Amino acid sequence: MDFERFIFYVFAAILIFAAARVITVRNPVHAALHLVLAFFTCSALWLLLEAEFLAITLVLVYVGAVMVLFLFVVMMLDINTSPLREGFIRYLPLGLGVAALIVMEMYLVVRARNFGVDSVTIPARHPEGYSNVREIGSVLYTDYVYPFEIASVILLVAIIAAIALTMRKRPETKSQNPAEQVAVKARDRVRVVEMKAEEKQ
Amino acid sequence: MAHTLIEKYKGQLLATVLMAGVLSVLVVMLGVYFWNDIKANVFLYSVIKILVIVVPLLLAVAYLTFAERKVIGYMQLRIGHNRVGPRGWLQPIADAMKLLFKEIVIPTNSNRFLFLIAPMISIAPALAAWAVLPFTDTLVLANIDASLLYILALTSMGVYGVIIAGWASNSKYAFLGAMRSAAQIVSYEIAMGFALVGVLIAGGSLNLVDIVQAQQGSVLHWFWLPLLPLFLVYFISGVAETNRAPFDVSEGESEIVAGFHVEYSGMAFAVFFLAEYANMILIAALAALMFLGGWLSPFEGILPDEFLATGITGLVFGSGVHWLFAKTSLMLLFFLWFRATFPRYRYDQIMRLGWKVFIPITIVWLVIEGAAVVANVGPWFD
Repeated sequence: MDFERFIFYVFAAILIFAAARVITVRNPVHAALHLVLAFFTCSALWLLLEAEFLAITLVLVYVGAVMVLFLFVVMMLDINTSPLREGFIRYLPLGLGVAALIVMEMYLVVRARNFGVDSVTIPARHPEGYSNVREIGSVLYTDYVYPFEIASVILLVAIIAAIALTMRKRPETKSQNPAEQVAVKARDRVRVVEMKAEEKQ
Repeated sequence: MAHTLIEKYKGQLLATVLMAGVLSVLVVMLGVYFWNDIKANVFLYSVIKILVIVVPLLLAVAYLTFAERKVIGYMQLRIGHNRVGPRGWLQPIADAMKLLFKEIVIPTNSNRFLFLIAPMISIAPALAAWAVLPFTDTLVLANIDASLLYILALTSMGVYGVIIAGWASNSKYAFLGAMRSAAQIVSYEIAMGFALVGVLIAGGSLNLVDIVQAQQGSVLHWFWLPLLPLFLVYFISGVAETNRAPFDVSEGESEIVAGFHVEYSGMAFAVFFLAEYANMILIAALAALMFLGGWLSPFEGILPDEFLATGITGLVFGSGVHWLFAKTSLMLLFFLWFRATFPRYRYDQIMRLGWKVFIPITIVWLVIEGAAVVANVGPWFD
């Protein structure tokens, strides 16, 4: 077993462990942290495939931004897990049905005929000076330019929709208007009153 | 008191220093003797190269804390530390010793594992980012193609140390600090990322060595001039990203005691500071590399080329690693200067600045830069 294969098995083992822990641990914060670990090891596996742009982007986007916000929300929520477990037996048949459906679908897509050792060619080593970033850029902006643009428009719509949903003016909320704060003059705040000094009686 | 102690243990002290000296000379001699064997062993050679970067970095961190207190002291018409060692130069060593021997208190009902791993998570990315930082065009530990992206990804990891520390401490102040810090870092990372996009358009590469080489010519060819708004946005976002004053609301000692590290003591506490100062040096070095020409000499284009390329004058005035250090130190001085000058931002003002000022500025400047690239403007985009 060469060193690279050894690294692969180590990271694969960590990835499977972390992914399993995501759905088995009780504490939602621990689950989110295990998801971070899963993303990170996944990125290491992608590095082994010489896909450094995708690997670093996975860390940048999912670990650096998405999971931070996820943790932010999960830490703020005080999730009580006991009422969630009450209907376990009642919903078991339904859950098993959905699970079986998902397993079947995944089998149809990811079975050995599509992803087996025979059907996937072993990726060849790239020569020195090969730039993964340049390759992705040239494919993304030529062959896949329409899917790429459509995906970006969908994301833009999602951003605007999220803002539109949360931006509602409520009369009871108070907020400062910095422009007004800056523009304020002394005479708006203080009135200097001239009056006679009291006379001695 | 201190003097009598030194008198009492003078013999032991001298023996220890002597032994350490002899041992280090021995190690160096062995290293020199077996140099060719070491060079052949890739693993050992890499470890030595890593040590050559990390050990001076940690020393620089120690003396940056000293410089900070001295500089702020002089700015406030005080002298600063002047008791430990000549002119106070041994103060950082004394501080490190003190923190090493202090007890690490772990709060009850805290998550012990996460509590202890949080400082490690915050220092690991701060050190790992130095792997791809070039000192000159040949002096770089790992010259990888996507080094800019790698650094951006790693600096975005640092926030986990803060969040996990705040949550695992099981304390309200720590948790508030962690929440503030998370929101702040995520907001400023967007502006920072856009500023880096501007740099990679101008440099035409994600590789830091290529980016510096694209700035060759003269001081006016460095990217600070064509990318001036992005330079300012990048540096201010860097200050916010490292949780330094005036953006240090995650510590905010007047409001939430010490923020995310309120429950930490001893070396666990010190590691957070190591990470903060290592990140400061990293941001300063990156600003020097991306906007101030890195190791390029500022005399390029002013003094004749053969004067800069040959002899002693070439060594002093020509391009070299000393210019990178000088520019990094200048940027670090700004960090300290900010802290001595500005009062802390209010939290809503920080968010406003990040989202409503910096992000629009970077987006507008990217559009202008794109137009400049298409139109082949000036000496920068041709």
